[in-house]
Amino acid sequence: MSSLSRAEVAHLARLARLAVTDEELDRFAGQLDVVLAAVARVGEADVADVPPTSHVVPLTNVFRPDEVTPSLPRDVVLAGAPAAEDDRFRVPRILGEEQ
Amino acid sequence: MSTDLTRLDVSALTGLLTSGEVSAVEVTRAQLDRIASDDARLGAYLHVEGEAALTAAAAVDRARAGGAEPGPLAGVPIALKDVIVTEGVPTTSGSRILEGWRPPYDATVAARLKSAGTVLLGKTNMDEFAMGSSTENSAFRPTRNPWDADRVPGGSSGGSSAAVAGHLAPWAIGTDTGGSIRQPAALTGLVGHKPTYGSVSRYGLIAFSSSLDQAGPMARTVLDAAVLHEAIGGYDPRDSTSIDAPVPGLVAAARDGARGDLAGLTVGVVTELGGDGHRDGYDDGVLARFAEAVAVLTDLGADVRPVSCPSFDLALPAYYLIAPSEASSNLARFDGVRFGIRVGDDGTHDLDEVMALTREQGFGPEVKRRIILGTYALSSGYYEAYYGQAQKVRTLITRDFTAAYAGVDVLVSPTSPTVAWPIGARVEDPIAMYAADLCTLPASLAGVPAISVPCGLSEGLPVGLQVMAPGLADDRCYRVAAALEAAQDAARGHRLLDELVAA
Repeated sequence: MSSLSRAEVAHLARLARLAVTDEELDRFAGQLDVVLAAVARVGEADVADVPPTSHVVPLTNVFRPDEVTPSLPRDVVLAGAPAAEDDRFRVPRILGEEQ
Repeated sequence: MSTDLTRLDVSALTGLLTSGEVSAVEVTRAQLDRIASDDARLGAYLHVEGEAALTAAAAVDRARAGGAEPGPLAGVPIALKDVIVTEGVPTTSGSRILEGWRPPYDATVAARLKSAGTVLLGKTNMDEFAMGSSTENSAFRPTRNPWDADRVPGGSSGGSSAAVAGHLAPWAIGTDTGGSIRQPAALTGLVGHKPTYGSVSRYGLIAFSSSLDQAGPMARTVLDAAVLHEAIGGYDPRDSTSIDAPVPGLVAAARDGARGDLAGLTVGVVTELGGDGHRDGYDDGVLARFAEAVAVLTDLGADVRPVSCPSFDLALPAYYLIAPSEASSNLARFDGVRFGIRVGDDGTHDLDEVMALTREQGFGPEVKRRIILGTYALSSGYYEAYYGQAQKVRTLITRDFTAAYAGVDVLVSPTSPTVAWPIGARVEDPIAMYAADLCTLPASLAGVPAISVPCGLSEGLPVGLQVMAPGLADDRCYRVAAALEAAQDAARGHRLLDELVAA
């Protein structure tokens, strides 16, 4: 089983949109390496021909009548947002300067 | 009146309320006074509904005075774990990222309790996004154990456990992903039940690990827990994993169990959870109390035998891959756009950067660790070795339960390998913290119901016994727990929690 380097933790943090600090990278890399070694024990199980369980309740599609029901009031929902404008969620620009 | 209303069980409170001997306002005011005097020390609540609670209680009193009977639970105060969304009432899930958010709707659990007329006292503290076993991962403050204020109350529902054990609420709702109802109940001398997965609605629960999360009752007696479970359980079309089946008679099962006759019941003691060859990490005192409680079950007529579930040894590694993987996906919704805080939106950062800055500032260390671990376990090249393998181990654990239940009606184990530990002792050691969930994880992964019931003290701190049953047979958990509770209460001449009051 592989171990987690500081550079890998930095890459994963970027993928997960976490702007972690250098101090956090140092701390997390060590801690996550220990955790990864512990959870890697799942590899000890003999699971040839064992199907995976994603969910314990057998799921089947459920249909409901196609009836219109009220949604939450727009102003109430937008009141919980960090920024709203013109009855919409306001977001920062999507593309960086260089794009 | 001279009775301390905060000391009464819900079954006693409902009698006084429906007969009119006390008003809902009196009961609510007594609880609020108690919170005002004791919560600075315990830290059980993140938000208290002062005036709103009194207003709701007054409405119940008015209805009763007008001749209407608003239902047996009307006027009974309750506390909700802060992971449960409540309309207009601050909800943070223990995280800075949701600080200040007032949800626009009620979770089904909250709505059902509201329509039953219960009075919301407030929202209880918890490990951030329910990730933890001690409530120290709350972004706001730690919660203290009423039995010893220098020790943890368990977690992640530690605000609920401290509130109920400390008499700051007569009962509370917790949620359990890997043991977060049962373990804090055990560490504070309460009854806590994790229902069959899918039997209590998840609508309006802030998601941590969706294939595992389940809300359930935390109470001072088995009967109260059963009453609360019946009030929140049952099919909900708003939860796509909700099971459309009637809830078995849980109150009836608790009453039946309290009669103390377990003849005809077969009980399996799980070897892998504190049995021969599996005692590393368990307190001697916990194992001694557990053995005494099992002897009580034998005395009550149960046929007790050891049962081996070999795959349970891998429940901890499987859980700590599956739960972080699901969490890394679920927590993607906290992007600083629709709710909660936003950081760095000063015109110099684009959306991507604002998301990363918001999440960096909004999430605490354990949440970040789990998001990173989950992202790793789901990434290309590692998926099969980690997440895929963990899902197959999950199948093996379910098979062990199925095989065990072919021979026994219920399985028992200690709820937690240890009693409550000192605050701070495990904070920098994630593996030591995760080991607190050793006994509760198998039932979580298999989706089967499990209850924790007090079974004595070790080092002056509560010990819990766990009863696990097949899916949808939650009534068996209540029956066995009530039988043990009644027998031990009779033998010691008082309830375990009375020793906390005397201390």
